[in-house]
Amino acid sequence: MAATMRPRVRPLSPHLSIWKWRVHMAVSIMHRATGNAMAFGAVVLFLWWLIAAATGPSAYATFYNVATGWFGMLIGVGLTWVFFQHMMSGIRHLVMDTGAALEVHDSKRFATATFVGAVLLTIATWAVILATRGF
Amino acid sequence: MGSGTEIGRVRGLGAAKSGVGHWWQQRVTAVGNLILLLWFIGSLVWLPALDYTTVVAWLRQPVAAVPMLLLILSVFWHFRLGVQVFIEDYLHKEGTKLLALLALNFYALAGATAAAFAVLKIALGA
Repeated sequence: MAATMRPRVRPLSPHLSIWKWRVHMAVSIMHRATGNAMAFGAVVLFLWWLIAAATGPSAYATFYNVATGWFGMLIGVGLTWVFFQHMMSGIRHLVMDTGAALEVHDSKRFATATFVGAVLLTIATWAVILATRGF
Repeated sequence: MGSGTEIGRVRGLGAAKSGVGHWWQQRVTAVGNLILLLWFIGSLVWLPALDYTTVVAWLRQPVAAVPMLLLILSVFWHFRLGVQVFIEDYLHKEGTKLLALLALNFYALAGATAAAFAVLKIALGA
């Protein structure tokens, strides 16, 4: 067996305290934050909507009134952005899984594109909703 | 770390030959979510209205109910895997971590079952 003792103080990865905020770091954190927001926020609202529809007209009316009120719309716009942000950074993950876009410059550009893309998709979605429904 | 030989200490702690399974399922469900959620959002936007009658009539159709069931499977499995990694990264006390993972599994399974039951009740109900 190994004759030498392992050194007690071993090198560690850089800690959180010495990281600088960068766009590719922000996108990574946002991916996790948006994922959890959907797992515990959007999923609960999705369940409320589906179960209300399965229960009957009066249960659905309760959901509908909240969802189409100003607060419900605000949550709706927020969750639309959360979804598109997670979708864009998720696509970035899938691309990077293939070994592409790993260079610092490409990675940074792609990270910025996820933020821009998510905002544009949110605006586009709600523009269509407001144009067709005119809430 | 306990005492004992090097092999004794690592035995049972090495690769379980299933490490890539979690990673791969996360990717499969990610692609599933991409297709199914874009379909879902598109459907909600393009439906003439989102009142009770319209939504229930829409979900009664197999072309809506089947993708909805697939969406529930894909979304709930995807977030179960994602939140699992989140818990494993931030909860270091073994007992707390175990309870959180247990709660996550119950939440995901109960939620998915309730959602699927609701879709089936609408789709198959009289």
